[in-house]
Amino acid sequence: MKNAFVSGFGAYLPSRVVTNAEIASRVGRTTEWILQVSGIAERRYAADDEDVADMAAAAGQDCLQRIGVDAGAIGLLLVSSGSSSRRFPGPAPETAKALGLGEIPAIDLPLASAGSLFGMALAADLATAYGNVLVIASEKMSAVMAAEPADQNTTILFGDGAGACLISPSAGSFCITDTLIQSDGSFARDLALPLSGPLSMNGRSVIMQASRKMPRAIVELLTRNHLKGNDVGAFLLHQANQNLIDKVARSVGVESGRFFSNIERYGNTSSASMLIAAAEWAATTSREPGRHICFTAFGAGFHWGALLAREC
Amino acid sequence: MNNKQEKISEILSRVSGKDETPGPDESLFDSGYLDSFALADVVAELEQAFGISIPDTDLNPRRFESIALIERYVQSKL
Repeated sequence: MKNAFVSGFGAYLPSRVVTNAEIASRVGRTTEWILQVSGIAERRYAADDEDVADMAAAAGQDCLQRIGVDAGAIGLLLVSSGSSSRRFPGPAPETAKALGLGEIPAIDLPLASAGSLFGMALAADLATAYGNVLVIASEKMSAVMAAEPADQNTTILFGDGAGACLISPSAGSFCITDTLIQSDGSFARDLALPLSGPLSMNGRSVIMQASRKMPRAIVELLTRNHLKGNDVGAFLLHQANQNLIDKVARSVGVESGRFFSNIERYGNTSSASMLIAAAEWAATTSREPGRHICFTAFGAGFHWGALLAREC
Repeated sequence: MNNKQEKISEILSRVSGKDETPGPDESLFDSGYLDSFALADVVAELEQAFGISIPDTDLNPRRFESIALIERYVQSKL
C-alpha cells in the first residue's frame, strides 16, 4: 500500500466537434471504415489560439473545483504532453502560473499516451515529500495532424483535450495500492514525432506490443496484490483504439463492460485520454467503497504500466 | 507445405476464422488475411503450439509477414 490517495479528477474538452465525415474526406476513407477500425465517431479540436498549457490549466482548474481544494494547497505540479509546441520550456510552468500555484516546482513529462499514468505513479511516491501533487496531461494532437498529406492511419485517431487528478499524501477518494511502470527503447522509432517531421507510426508494431504489454502489466499488478481480473470493478485505460481496449479485456479475461470507454466521442487524446476517461467515469459512477480500480496505459517510447487503487 | 507450415496454417486459420490460408510466401497483411490485432493472437498461439517463448523484442511484424518467415523464425527458437 502506498502512502498516497487520488483525491479526484478533472477534464477539459475543446468545444469544436470534428466528426468522421470531416476526417473521411481528408483521408479518402468512409465514416464507417473509421468507426470500424478505431471505434471513434468524433473527436474534439482546440481553437487555433488555444494551446497545451491553456487546456492543461482548464483541466487542472476543473479538478481543483470538483475536489474543493485551493491552489495554495498544491506542492508539486506534473504536466504530461507529447504535443507541446516548443522544445523548451514545456507547458508546466505556464500551467502553474495560470492556476495560481505560485513558485512550486512545475515539471514537464514529455510522454505521449502513457504520460498521465507515469505522472500518477511518480506522484504516488513524491506526495510524501511534496504534499498534494497535481497531475495534468494535455494534448493538442490536431496541430500534429494538420500536416499534409494526411496519414489515414493516424489522422482518424487523434483529438485534443486535457485531464487532471490530484494525488494527496494523507486522504482522498481512492487509496493507491500499487504501481508498475516500465520502459523499453527497442522500438522507439515505431511511434515517434520528430521535431521536423510528421508523426510516424508503425501500427502493427504498436498494436503487437501494446496487446502484450498492457495485459501483462495488469495481470502482474493484480497477481502481486492477490487479486484477479474479476475482482476489479473498473478498468480505466488509455483510450487508444476501441479494438485495443476490447483485446486487452479479452486477454485479462474480463468482460469488456468493465473497461470504461469514451473513445467514440473524444478519439485518442494521447496522454490526456486516461485522465479524461477517469474524470468522466468518476462523475457518472456512484461511489462504492472497497472497489478496486485499475489504470493502464501504453505509449511511445515504449512506456507502459498499470496502477491499482481502491475506493476509500 | 511441410509439417511446420501446415501447423502454422492451422493456427492462422483458427485465429482469422478463414478456411483458406495464403501461400507460404504470400504476405499475410497485404492479402488482408490478418490484421494487426490478430497477429498478436497468432504469436500467442505459436508460443503454445511449438512450446517456444517469443520475447517482446522479437515482435517485429516483418518476422511474421508470411508463413515461410514464421516457419523460419519458429525454427530458430526450437
